[in-house]
Amino acid sequence: MTNSFNLEWIDYTVMIIYFMFVLGIGWALKKYMKDAKAFLEAGRSMPAWVAGLAFISTNLGALEVMGMTGSGLKYGMLTTHFYWVGAIPAMVFLALFMMPFYYGSKARSVPEYLKLRYDEKTRGLNAILFAVMTILASGISMYALAILMEKVLGWNFHMSLVLSAAVVLGYTYLGGLSSAIYNEVLQFFIIVLGLLPVVFLSLKDVGGWSGLQDQLAPIATAKGFAADTWTTTWKYTGTAAANPMGVEWYSIFAGLGFVLSFGYWCTNFLIVQRAMSAHSTVAARNTPLIGALPKMFVPFLIIVPGIIALVLMNNPATGFKLPLNEAGQPIYDYTIIMLLKQYLPAGVLGLGITALLASFMSGMAGNVSAFNTVWTYDIYQSYIRPVTGNKADDEKHYLGVGRLATIFGVIVSIAAAYLASLFGNIMDFLQTIFSMINAPLFAVIFLGMFWKRTTGHAAFTGLLAGFLVALLHHGLTFPAGADTLVKGGWIAHVHQYPVEMAQNFWTAIYACATSATVAVVLSLITKQKKSDIELKGLVYSLTPKVHEEVVPWYKRSTTLAILVLTIATVLTILFW
Amino acid sequence: MGIDIKLPIGLMFSILGLLLTVYGLITASNQAMYEKSLHVNINLWIGLTMLVFGGIMLLLSFKKKKKEGM
Repeated sequence: MTNSFNLEWIDYTVMIIYFMFVLGIGWALKKYMKDAKAFLEAGRSMPAWVAGLAFISTNLGALEVMGMTGSGLKYGMLTTHFYWVGAIPAMVFLALFMMPFYYGSKARSVPEYLKLRYDEKTRGLNAILFAVMTILASGISMYALAILMEKVLGWNFHMSLVLSAAVVLGYTYLGGLSSAIYNEVLQFFIIVLGLLPVVFLSLKDVGGWSGLQDQLAPIATAKGFAADTWTTTWKYTGTAAANPMGVEWYSIFAGLGFVLSFGYWCTNFLIVQRAMSAHSTVAARNTPLIGALPKMFVPFLIIVPGIIALVLMNNPATGFKLPLNEAGQPIYDYTIIMLLKQYLPAGVLGLGITALLASFMSGMAGNVSAFNTVWTYDIYQSYIRPVTGNKADDEKHYLGVGRLATIFGVIVSIAAAYLASLFGNIMDFLQTIFSMINAPLFAVIFLGMFWKRTTGHAAFTGLLAGFLVALLHHGLTFPAGADTLVKGGWIAHVHQYPVEMAQNFWTAIYACATSATVAVVLSLITKQKKSDIELKGLVYSLTPKVHEEVVPWYKRSTTLAILVLTIATVLTILFW
Repeated sequence: MGIDIKLPIGLMFSILGLLLTVYGLITASNQAMYEKSLHVNINLWIGLTMLVFGGIMLLLSFKKKKKEGM
């Protein structure tokens, strides 16, 4: 593309100030990094609001911002299903019912919880898969960012790759998890304030929400949908054919609202690690709830501008166009940056690009800080060099290993980014594999927390069986118009789904159901090797209840949970 | 862990806010530049917003320090 932006000195100044602050925070934390606990667990000292904003910020990575704006253009307000039904219930469940065990068990990671609750092999399987997937994911988001900067800003691909990786490495190496978390809070605010001008100007341009509705009507009708399809959420989900997403209400409810979202929010260590860094059980429980409050409003920041982009695209007078790929299809992921270009003059433009950089960094630092913890505690400490008993010496040793793992993680991420540039499909591939791993994991962790009979052998076999069934389902079915085997159907064409999303939902549903069934059946026929005393703090029925009476009512998790669920319900009704 | 994050957040947004406010004032007469943003001086507005936000963060941070000092 030749019509790249011309950034001015003011735009670069904004970016440089931001870079100085993120590195400065890492620098300021350097002196506290005396042992592995400080570096890898942030010393379990974070206030709930800091952990809560970091929790949501690490999820608001570059792929999320770019992808959700593009989905807003393609599916309209239906995209909010990834938030109001597809995130909030799972976050509330994690907070109220799962955090007491993750935090109270004193496990330092999700794999370590599996070790305490089940056995070594279950932990090993999860730790290795998680480490590999996390680092690949970080590489892919790095690739996405660098290619965006190259195509739209005309920056050198290699330079933006190495530069952005170096900044993330700089502050995570200096200040560990604390630095990642504190920076995620700062990044959260810059993402919000940096994208606000685009939301405001684009809404003003189309004449507000009602103007947007009016202008969308002919576009939706021309595509063969009801006039208000793009501005409603549940109204046209009675049949798959009536909405652009191509899914009906029960697959949204079961696939997205239950299996996929619980699989992601309740088991992904990247997310759970933020809540584990909180200073007390009550703070750990409040973390996902505090994160849920802004999460509910993220759609207005990234989905609504995407919907407006659809109007702009259909009105030649605006001159708004998305770049095309080799096949001549618009690249929907570029919607957000094209909107920045459309509306922002020098100054705020730099701020908007800084917001994109910040979203990339919050996601990548999350990946790196989760990777180095799992690597150090669950792989290195378990299989390579176990604790010696000399605590001071051990802490120092593992701090060094954690630091090295940080450098190693960033280098492998860069390699993964180049891998992604060679194989365009790797992103789809990875997301498919991720959903195959997460859904069975949720079944196994859930059973472990709420049914003390669940055994280690059952959990391990359940995980494997769920993954195999997911693979099998993916191999036997394919979405309409699939052009590569990555999308499915590589064994045989048994069933065709109207869209890829429906296929993903059902893959996850089958995987989760299989995993749960296998784990339950095997638990009944294998022997429980763990005694009730060993399971204390790990299983619901054997753990004393959390007493919240010590904190004032407005700081209690149940109060916050009711508030979160009420707002989510109101939003759902308003945009029904 | 040692630091109060409100302080760096407050500082950064105050600096960025000041920068964009001043830039907005300097460029206020530049009609061509603000045609994109529907003739809204968006630099000035977002600059002021950031100044207010940064100021609040700094205030909260100093209040906390004072409380701890007592």
